[in-house]
Amino acid sequence: MTRIRFQQSLEDLKENLLVMAGLAEQAIQRAIEAYRVRDLSICDLVSRSEIAINRLERDIDQSALDLLAMEQPMATDLRFILSVIKINADLERVGDAAKSISDRVRNMEQMAAAELPVDIPRMASLAADMVRKSLQAFIEADAEIARGVLTMDDAVDAMNRSAYKALTKVMEEQCHLAPQALNALMICRSLERVADHATNIAEDVIFWVQGADVRHHKNIAAPKDAQPMT
Amino acid sequence: MSTEYQLRSRIRAVTDHTVTALAVLATVIVVTPLVAIFIYLLYKGASSLNLAFFTQIPKPPGEPGGGMANAIVGSAIVLAIASVIGVPMGIGGGIFLAEFGRGTKLANAVRFTADVLNGVPSIVMGLAAYALVVIPQHHFSAFSGGVALGIMMIPTVCRTTEEMLLMVPNAVREAALGLGIPNWRSVLAITVKTASPGIITGCMLAFARVAGETAPLLFTALGNAFWSTSLNQPIEALPLQIYVFALSPYDDWHRLAWAGSLVLIVLIVLAVGLVRYVTSRGVLKGVS
Amino acid sequence: MGVGIEVTNLNAWYGTNHTLQDINLNIPANHATALIGPSGCGKSTFVRCLNRMHETNPVGRVTGTVRIGDLDIYKDVKPVQIRRRVGMVFQRPNPFPTMSIYDNVAAGLKLNGYSNKRTLDDIVEKSLKNSALWDEVKDDLKKKSGASLSGGQQQRLCIARALAVDPEVLLMDEPASALDPVSTSKIEDLIFQLKSQYTIVIVTHNMQQAARVAEKTGFFLNGRMVEFDSTHKIFTNPSDKRTEDYITGRFG
Repeated sequence: MTRIRFQQSLEDLKENLLVMAGLAEQAIQRAIEAYRVRDLSICDLVSRSEIAINRLERDIDQSALDLLAMEQPMATDLRFILSVIKINADLERVGDAAKSISDRVRNMEQMAAAELPVDIPRMASLAADMVRKSLQAFIEADAEIARGVLTMDDAVDAMNRSAYKALTKVMEEQCHLAPQALNALMICRSLERVADHATNIAEDVIFWVQGADVRHHKNIAAPKDAQPMT
Repeated sequence: MSTEYQLRSRIRAVTDHTVTALAVLATVIVVTPLVAIFIYLLYKGASSLNLAFFTQIPKPPGEPGGGMANAIVGSAIVLAIASVIGVPMGIGGGIFLAEFGRGTKLANAVRFTADVLNGVPSIVMGLAAYALVVIPQHHFSAFSGGVALGIMMIPTVCRTTEEMLLMVPNAVREAALGLGIPNWRSVLAITVKTASPGIITGCMLAFARVAGETAPLLFTALGNAFWSTSLNQPIEALPLQIYVFALSPYDDWHRLAWAGSLVLIVLIVLAVGLVRYVTSRGVLKGVS
Repeated sequence: MGVGIEVTNLNAWYGTNHTLQDINLNIPANHATALIGPSGCGKSTFVRCLNRMHETNPVGRVTGTVRIGDLDIYKDVKPVQIRRRVGMVFQRPNPFPTMSIYDNVAAGLKLNGYSNKRTLDDIVEKSLKNSALWDEVKDDLKKKSGASLSGGQQQRLCIARALAVDPEVLLMDEPASALDPVSTSKIEDLIFQLKSQYTIVIVTHNMQQAARVAEKTGFFLNGRMVEFDSTHKIFTNPSDKRTEDYITGRFG
């Protein structure tokens, strides 16, 4: 096999992206945990890991740029590097979302506890699941797992919509709970964003593995055998 | 390590100088006879050169004056005939060998014949021309002399032409083929033209060789003491005249022979130089 | 205007060496088609079958059909005639060394019997302009020999020479491989401009070059054509693993 150095560079790029993915996933898990147990020290951990994530984002983009300029990658290699660049950006946003959630938790710490008609832990676990699965699809270069992630996005969107309705009703009928409801709404929005980023990552994996651009299509089937979405 | 390196360097330098000196020596050894002959001829023959030499035919021994005008003219005529016979056939043969018959059995036979012909002694060539031309015609002639010399030119011209044509890079032939130029046209207009400096050199080599041949003319042109420009009559030629005069017992004729030798060499050098000059003007300069 | 080329069941031999096996493809008119593949894969042989140069080799043999336009070039016409319609530019520039620039460009016409001087002047000028060489040599047309130009200029001269006979197809066998990057870029720009008037087939070792100039690309391997598709597809998502391996440099 020729181009050993190049192959090694691609492996290194993958490794670095997985490190970053680990940090982003951990940040989300921690943010959700912080919400569940109202622990401010966990919020601090999330803020600190944000710095590491940002640094990694810059490094990965730089490595990818170097590979594009120096190695003239083609076909699979080219698609891989392009996917890495895009997944990189999505992971950084996931990190941002985690920080946003932890900021909301900090905010809520200063308010009275309230019972709200939203199941944030369930939505959170769904979103985190999507992130985990999309990263698994990346690690295993498996387009089928990635397609699985795409179908999960609808559930999260539905939950976000119903949360919006429920929380708006709370704000209208129980004005004293408005700050808590608003915070909860913003947390739901962040979680919905996380799910969107996981979807993007899954689409990028499909692009890399199959060379098919499945973004913004309701029909998520493979290029040759069209299967309408149920 | 350093001293060993220095020692090797010295040995290398000495070897280099020695071999260079040997090469120069070899060149000098090769050139010396040529220069020596020329100087000697000048010494012996220059004094006998005068206008009469170039304008008069030989006078009977004892009478002052006389020259080799008829021999000079005769040589020119015989060599012209030889060239007309030898050059086209030689070049044609060379073109066949290099361009059209490469690898064929016929080509091998032609090449073999040319090589054999090259090795035939010149006197045997003269006898062949005697048998082929003089006997059927029942008389000696300038034409038969030309035939003898012409046939002698063929192998040299043919082989040199073949070699020069083979040296034309195949890329040039392919370029011509790629343009849809018919093969014969490409050979003549492009390949032969590219090789023409070398081909002309080959012709000159052959010309210079036969210009000084005496033996073939003994039984063909025969020699003629009088003015003659007719192709069907015996004719005089410089080498022939020199041969006869040198073997004669007369001092006058000896002096004429020395002068004739000098003139012969000078004329050959001039002829070759003229051809070189004329053709170098025709071939474009500026090859990178 | 260019014409399309249709190749059916083409097989070629050098003596007993079966150099090309069962080649089938359609080269579109007025496009540039690139042929890539490792050394010895048969792409040069293939191109030489398109203008019947392969058979000039004493042990070269061809079977199959090649249709250029509406002509079966192995049945309907003589080789000399087809080579006037299918021009060729070689890897190493090969201008005729004894001829001036003008004579080089006009050689294909003059040596085919064409002699109208005024039209010759026009054709020479047009060909040199089409090959982006006119401005550099217009003052020295008859004074300078073809061989006195630089490598890149010589290659453009050869292109002009090929264009002067007004072919419909232009075959280029690694035309820029002996040239420096600047000359290479000039030749590539040239191919881009010529595409609209001629059908161009370019053999190249340089995949980036194929990607830059050609709409369609064919990948040859061991005498067979493995994949033939749009350049975009071949270089972003080829269908055959062997193509992928070659393009990404995993073998070669």
